[in-house]
Amino acid sequence: MRAYYGFKDGSGDWFICIDTDQCTACGACVEVCPAHALEVGENEYDPMSEALVAGVKDAMRKKIRYACAPCQPGYGEKPPPCVAVCEPGAISHSEAWRQLYGKK
Amino acid sequence: MSEGATNEYWRWPESTWTNPDIDWKKGTLITAGVDVGSVSSQGVVVVDGELYSFGNTRTGYDSPDSARKSLTMALGKTDLTLDRIDYCIGTGYGRVNVPMAQRTITEIACHARGANFMYGPEVRTVMDMGGQDCKAINCDEKGKVLNFMMNDKCAAGTGRGMEVFADLIEVPVWEIGPRSFQIEKEPPMISSTCVVFAKSEVVGLLEEGVPENDIIAAYCAAMAHRIMELLNRLGVHEKFVITGGIAKNEGVVKRLEKELRIKTAETVWYRPEYKAYPFDTQIAGALGAALFAEAMVRKGKAQSVRKA
Repeated sequence: MRAYYGFKDGSGDWFICIDTDQCTACGACVEVCPAHALEVGENEYDPMSEALVAGVKDAMRKKIRYACAPCQPGYGEKPPPCVAVCEPGAISHSEAWRQLYGKK
Repeated sequence: MSEGATNEYWRWPESTWTNPDIDWKKGTLITAGVDVGSVSSQGVVVVDGELYSFGNTRTGYDSPDSARKSLTMALGKTDLTLDRIDYCIGTGYGRVNVPMAQRTITEIACHARGANFMYGPEVRTVMDMGGQDCKAINCDEKGKVLNFMMNDKCAAGTGRGMEVFADLIEVPVWEIGPRSFQIEKEPPMISSTCVVFAKSEVVGLLEEGVPENDIIAAYCAAMAHRIMELLNRLGVHEKFVITGGIAKNEGVVKRLEKELRIKTAETVWYRPEYKAYPFDTQIAGALGAALFAEAMVRKGKAQSVRKA
């Protein structure tokens, strides 16, 4: 399952996408996120499954644009720490950061 | 406007229903789902996986009270009591405020499950148009969520937006749909996304003397367009269904179908034996929660709390 956390407003789509089929719940992303936006827990979108997955904390979902911005998702020289540390490559960001803040 | 005019055009009718074909006393597993949304609350009771009753009410200022009211409505004229319910799950925006629930599940999972039961296993995309948010969900044949996208940061293009609009132009909210087609030609849509700005745009149109029905059409078109943006990002697949209150507004639904070039599934029960039962698009979340409760107890993932 691809879980999109974040929001869409007049300025664009601000989402973190976590592919729960690839996520191994290792928790590495939780450790490296400077905004402490991530957590590992039950898969709330699949209540019948036992597997743990990474997700964005409830309180962070409506401010993901600002929480993620310092890591320059999609436009900095290096990928954000959460993306870089994720071995299965389960984390990605939507385009809005690159479109709005990236070099034109 | 005259002082003391108390017409509330946003007030949509509440409803309740009990299945005449089921005797709960013969059932072994009775579960309930309570969906407390920002605008409406639903309670659904399921007996051995079959829909037994539901209640659909407006959410008040007190979430626990609204939860209680919706389930009381569902139990309504039956002699079934709360202590005979095996397991109850809360869902929706106010799910943490459902006092009788043993656990909570997000409304995304519940709507996919509920839509799967209501419209059948061919459902692949569910659009839940809530009171204060909208969610696009792709699911598989079991009603399991494959991916989803939610917009809950802004009330534009939601049920509450429609209620505000109904109040503003003084047309009952259930008449908006039919009246939006009583026009000569499709007007340009309201350009503001934001409910507050859209409201002032509508006031401007009223002052210009634009016919009411044209404004209604323009607003419905704007809402349809906004929903489409969210859907396009996620991807729409047939069978496509809309749940929630806005699904009852054909002014939005038909315009959305036109923009997407995809028909929404008919609002009839998938199972033939349900055909005569009332079909309420608003109960999908609570129904999904009740079905999850049933599956969890049956599979031993949850313990029954039945007292009587």
